[in-house]
Amino acid sequence: MFRTLAKTLALAAALVAPAVALAGPTVDAIKQRGALRCGVNTGLLGFSAPDSAGRWNGIDADFCRAVATAILGDPNKVQYVPTNAQTRFTALQSGEIDLLSRNTTWTSSRDATLGSVFAGTLFYDGQGFMVKKSSGVTKAADLNGATVCVQPGTTTELNLTDYFRSKKMTFKPVVIAELNQIEQAFFAGRCDVYTTDISGLAATRLKAPKQDDYLILPEAISKEPLGPMIRRGDWELLTIVKWTLFGLLEAEEYGITAANVDKMRAESKDPPVQRLLGTTGDAGKGMGIDNDWLVKIVKAVGNYGEMYSRNIGPLGIQRGVNAQWRDGGLMYAPPIR
Amino acid sequence: MLIKSERARGVLYQALLLIAVGGIVWYLLSNTLHNLASRGIQVGFAFLGREAGFEIAEKLIEYDATRSYAHALAVGLLNTLHVALLGIVIATVLGTLLGVARLSNNWLLARIAGAYVEFMRNIPLLLQLLVWYGMFTELLPGVRQAIKLGDWVFISQRGFRFAWPEAHPGWTAALWALAAGLALSLVWRAIARRRQAATGAQWPMALPLAGFIIGLPVVAWALSGAPTAIETPVLRGFDYQGGKVISPEFAALLLGLSTYTAAFIAEVVRAGILAVHRGQTEAAMALGLSPNQRLRLVTLPQALRVIIPPMTSQYLNLTKNSSLAVAIGYPDLVAIANTTMNQTGQAIEAISMLMAVYLSISIAISVFMNWYNARVRLVER
Amino acid sequence: MRDARAVSPLGWMRVNLFSTPLNSALTLVILAALAWLVPKAGGWLVWDAVWGPKPASACDAVRGEGACWAVVWNKIRFMLFGVYPFEEQWRAAVAAVVLTALLVVSALRFFWRKRLIAIWVVGIALAFWLMGGGLGLTPVPAERWGGLSVTLILAIFGIGFAFPLGVLLALGRRSRLPVIRAVSVLYIEIVRGVPLITVLFMASIMFALFMPEGLRIEQLLRAQVAIILFIAAYLAEAVRGGLQAVPRGQYEAAEALGLSYWRTMGFIVLPQALKISIPPIVNIFISVFKDTSLVVIIGIYDFAYAVKKSVETDISWKKYFIEAFLFSIVVYWIYCFAMSRYSQWLEREFARGERR
Repeated sequence: MFRTLAKTLALAAALVAPAVALAGPTVDAIKQRGALRCGVNTGLLGFSAPDSAGRWNGIDADFCRAVATAILGDPNKVQYVPTNAQTRFTALQSGEIDLLSRNTTWTSSRDATLGSVFAGTLFYDGQGFMVKKSSGVTKAADLNGATVCVQPGTTTELNLTDYFRSKKMTFKPVVIAELNQIEQAFFAGRCDVYTTDISGLAATRLKAPKQDDYLILPEAISKEPLGPMIRRGDWELLTIVKWTLFGLLEAEEYGITAANVDKMRAESKDPPVQRLLGTTGDAGKGMGIDNDWLVKIVKAVGNYGEMYSRNIGPLGIQRGVNAQWRDGGLMYAPPIR
Repeated sequence: MLIKSERARGVLYQALLLIAVGGIVWYLLSNTLHNLASRGIQVGFAFLGREAGFEIAEKLIEYDATRSYAHALAVGLLNTLHVALLGIVIATVLGTLLGVARLSNNWLLARIAGAYVEFMRNIPLLLQLLVWYGMFTELLPGVRQAIKLGDWVFISQRGFRFAWPEAHPGWTAALWALAAGLALSLVWRAIARRRQAATGAQWPMALPLAGFIIGLPVVAWALSGAPTAIETPVLRGFDYQGGKVISPEFAALLLGLSTYTAAFIAEVVRAGILAVHRGQTEAAMALGLSPNQRLRLVTLPQALRVIIPPMTSQYLNLTKNSSLAVAIGYPDLVAIANTTMNQTGQAIEAISMLMAVYLSISIAISVFMNWYNARVRLVER
Repeated sequence: MRDARAVSPLGWMRVNLFSTPLNSALTLVILAALAWLVPKAGGWLVWDAVWGPKPASACDAVRGEGACWAVVWNKIRFMLFGVYPFEEQWRAAVAAVVLTALLVVSALRFFWRKRLIAIWVVGIALAFWLMGGGLGLTPVPAERWGGLSVTLILAIFGIGFAFPLGVLLALGRRSRLPVIRAVSVLYIEIVRGVPLITVLFMASIMFALFMPEGLRIEQLLRAQVAIILFIAAYLAEAVRGGLQAVPRGQYEAAEALGLSYWRTMGFIVLPQALKISIPPIVNIFISVFKDTSLVVIIGIYDFAYAVKKSVETDISWKKYFIEAFLFSIVVYWIYCFAMSRYSQWLEREFARGERR
């Protein structure tokens, strides 16, 4: 009996072996694995949502591709891991994903206590409310006593409470973790109001049976800077992710697009552009990646402006605060030199 | 084995096990502490004192977002106990009826009860909860088209709202009087039984008990002002205000848990009743006991001996299964612990607290069961 | 006096349905309820329902009057296989068949000897190879595994690997050595006292913290380990019942023959104890099979999750989630009912030897 037991255990150990992988710091692990594990949303249009062929689209998904291009040179070497609001941080903490690019709001407590750190802001947003037009509500002040659908474990939940408290109004929360379920509950009428980032409201409205029945209220009750997150203590990866983001912004600032990047690399005499595209200087090598990292990135996903218009444009949200600083927006990238 | 003495070998094995277990625990612990430190997460329960910042939809005690996490978790615990206790009561009643129905000599009744048991026992509870919740949110009308029963009851997607007496000290006094009445009845019964064992004289039961349980609360109610005001729900703004409401989440969880556990309890009750030897029933009949007396004095006490242990384990299962509330949005302990975990990052503390709470509940129920078993154990020659 | 062998249908009805006034009243009430319910339910479920691979528009047409079983036809591949790569789905199907066959084979008395362990090992290895790939089949990472095969894997691998651990714990609990007994009792009581969902949370969140830096474990493996540790405690209690039921005489006779502890256990006690514990073990398996649906909450693609996701992400089929859930309920019911019937038959078989 023991021989069979021993044999069983040995076989089990052999079977289990492929599932655990030993690796060093994250960038090495990514290179060894040959793919970037990116935590994304389960299906938020414009940010990260799978289409019917299983391809992930959205500004967060494209950002994952940009980082994968920076580290591995290939935008397709991404493993997308869908996470809901409650599993996203633990997935990052536990090492299941390397990068969380999932419309996550940058707050102090998330930088300090969750064992992770933000690498920048990809999208400046604010929290808003969406109601059925038939309810007759036109502004947030009308929402006293409403039933509000909200996802747990989000800044949305906390801001909602703060807002209603400060306005001396009351509300009844309906708390559901899964995005699809909460959208369903709102459309079915279980709650009067759905609250999340305004971009999320626009994305959800696209899934409604009749989009014109729904109204996004004009008020933005909070600041929601959405950005990518990585584990604490990973300086190499932090640098790469941060500068990927800034690189995308700089590319737009200097007019480098997916269409003209090769031409600009070959012909441009503008020193900033030359430094950006790796013709001069060693920006890439300094970070531990190839010097033409930005060339590959822009060829793969375009510059920030192209990413924005491709993904957020269909939601009907103007650039607004997400425009370049020269155009009056908040997007200001430090120089790459 | 090199060591001949059995005692020495025993000591050796125990030492090896201790080293192995200790080694594993030390290894896991040191990894955990190292990982937590490198991520910058503090260990400790200090976060319990911080402001929670989130609202809870259903609460049995005072709570708002400015209270601490500890307070929020307490609300969750009370919600869990609330649904578990109600679920136990409903499941017991329903299960007992089903168990007895399965033994009925009415063929239709027996078959239908049997079909119910065989059906409910064999499907996962999570799916049942999702179906109940789905039915409530999809099939019930919206708030403005709520089903009305007069002016007293309103049924809609937002829940089951009904009129309720307005809060008044009279009702609280009546509740306390009811508790006192129940205690008095138990005392009366104990004294009466002792008197009967000693002298054979039977004390009156029905009237005094009715007096205690019904009379005392009525007197208390009358004396503190005889309040009769009833709060009826009124549609104001988004939803009905006033009265009491049972939310669809609570209703789905309660009905799902009760109907599922009732199927198991039915089997337990049926096994218990079947376990009573036929000879006992026949002897009772021979002694001239009425069917009621037969049930009360002969069948039930013996059946209970067989029923209670598996029944308490079903109660325990129901309490543990209430943790599935997290799937349908009812704010029980697990759901609130989950939110806390996500807002603060203190996963280990939250999960250990969860396990400690459920463990205490299990131990409490086990202790009760052991006490009961010891009390009714058949003392054999 | 009740004569249960009344031969004519009328006589049978008189005896079984209308014997007392209460019974007659009950019968009439039940018949009335059935008369109202059956046509309505039958209509919605069967006659007015939309069967076959029809498009969503056919279902919309009968919304409210008929169930939309077309959703099952349209989404069946997703429900059974989840996000498993399309061309390789035959492998997941074969793996599910292999695992089901393993269950059926274990149920047949003919296989109740040492060779059963070998059959389980081969079956598990085969299923693992089919799902995961390697050695001639294209590798498929564990996070693409989904659907019915994952449910079967979680349950069968779970009980397979938990078995040795459970037996050891049961023996440990009855041991005379205090440390061993204490460790076993602690493990069993703690694991039995907490809900499975907390064990799953612990696995999905804390396992990673327990491992050294850089060691990453698949989500599915974590859930599997959690389920194994959970089942082992319940199995230990079932086996302990069996060990208690083996007459003391057997232990004493073995001692008299000079057999060591492990020989006694291995040759004399455990075979008898395990035979006695088989009904509770089958019941544990039924509960485990149902409880695998809980991995939905930690986001693992088992059958219940695949069914849920199959309708959630498709706007045209979204409203027919009740029919999809009912389909998954039917599948679970078939497996569990078969197993519980088997367990009842087993108990009757065993009691046959003892009935006088």
